[in-house]
Amino acid sequence: MSLTYVLEVVLAVLVLGAAVWTIVARSAFSSAVGFVSYGLLLSLVWVQLAAVDVALTEAAIGSGLTGVLLLSAAATLRATEGTSGTGPGLAMRVAAAICCGFVTVAVAAVVLTLPEPSPTLAPEVVAALPATGVGNPVTGVLMAFRALDTLLEKVVLVLALIGVWSFAPDRYWGGHPGLSHRLSADGVLPFFARTLPPLGVLLGIHLMWTGADAPGGAFQGGTVLAAMWLLVMMAGVRDAPAIRERWLRLALVSGPVVFLAVGLVGMLAAGAFLAYPVAIAKPLILLIEVPMLLTIALALGLLVAGPPERTAQSL
Amino acid sequence: MNTATLFGLCGAILIGLGLYGALTHPQPLRKLIAFNLLGSGIFLVFGAIARRGAWGTVGGDPVPQALVITAIVVAFAATAMAVALLERILKEGGQTTLDPDAPAGVITERRDR
Repeated sequence: MSLTYVLEVVLAVLVLGAAVWTIVARSAFSSAVGFVSYGLLLSLVWVQLAAVDVALTEAAIGSGLTGVLLLSAAATLRATEGTSGTGPGLAMRVAAAICCGFVTVAVAAVVLTLPEPSPTLAPEVVAALPATGVGNPVTGVLMAFRALDTLLEKVVLVLALIGVWSFAPDRYWGGHPGLSHRLSADGVLPFFARTLPPLGVLLGIHLMWTGADAPGGAFQGGTVLAAMWLLVMMAGVRDAPAIRERWLRLALVSGPVVFLAVGLVGMLAAGAFLAYPVAIAKPLILLIEVPMLLTIALALGLLVAGPPERTAQSL
Repeated sequence: MNTATLFGLCGAILIGLGLYGALTHPQPLRKLIAFNLLGSGIFLVFGAIARRGAWGTVGGDPVPQALVITAIVVAFAATAMAVALLERILKEGGQTTLDPDAPAGVITERRDR
């Protein structure tokens, strides 16, 4: 048994331990803290599964952004924890545990009886990858072979944001999201919010650019940009924009709109929706990725910022 | 047991744990956290299947890996919407219980009309 394998077993135990903690923790806040560490451990699992692109996404979005969201929600909802009732009785809990155990056993049985050799699309992807001009197979799948999924996912992000905004009371519609902006100008947070973003913006763009040939991509880069923007807003260095701003809305839809436009041009130029003419595949993918990075960064940041809580006039 | 099987089984346990939490926790926010656990367990099973599809220099089948990246982003968007909904319910009714028999909380006056 190799050392790597021992480490993998330890990692699996730690992941399961953190998962159990998020379920049994007494307060929602400790549960959310558990979920953040769970997400970080899980991204190590993704590295062991040779999926570094997924590991970056899990660490940035699954653990980082979801963590910010859950921690702030747990703080807001803390007062309600006693009023949610006691939940089902012991008999129901045991019954639920048995049923969930069955689900686990069924999935485990599937995992243990997967066909050998495993079906894989990797040879096809590797064979077709040179035509896209991209070197990272995962980016190739996201931007070319399964581009429709990526396009629809941009649409989902924008729709979810509209959903979040629609939870605002009528009188705040079009106003500013309610992130804290009461901090003093010379605390630790404003200091970081002034010094980190230049580096973070560089890193975010680098991740997008390098994603063509190495692990990374528009999702991971966009998340770093969103995190930097959130830091600036949360520290009160810059206020969150009013959601009725025209530049904001145009920038938000620019990703899906450019994607859709390139896809429609592909119908004429290459014979299918979202097909790229081989000679200019790489420039087209970059043309899609740049506004996509903007959309992802803005949508992720605003999803965390939440619905507007102040009118556009009041500051 | 190889790496893919180990983490595939880990994913199976996470699915069960998340499902149990989503079913039995009375508090909606805890259900949401448990639901995210359930989702990541499914992604992990998918990742184990991707790992088994390793071919040549590619460490795993890139198609399921790309789908998991999309899935993580969509799961985050859905979570953000659920959190926004919970916070609005709190503002409206002073509580977020799903229990139909729970005593009514302090109903704050609706101020947005």
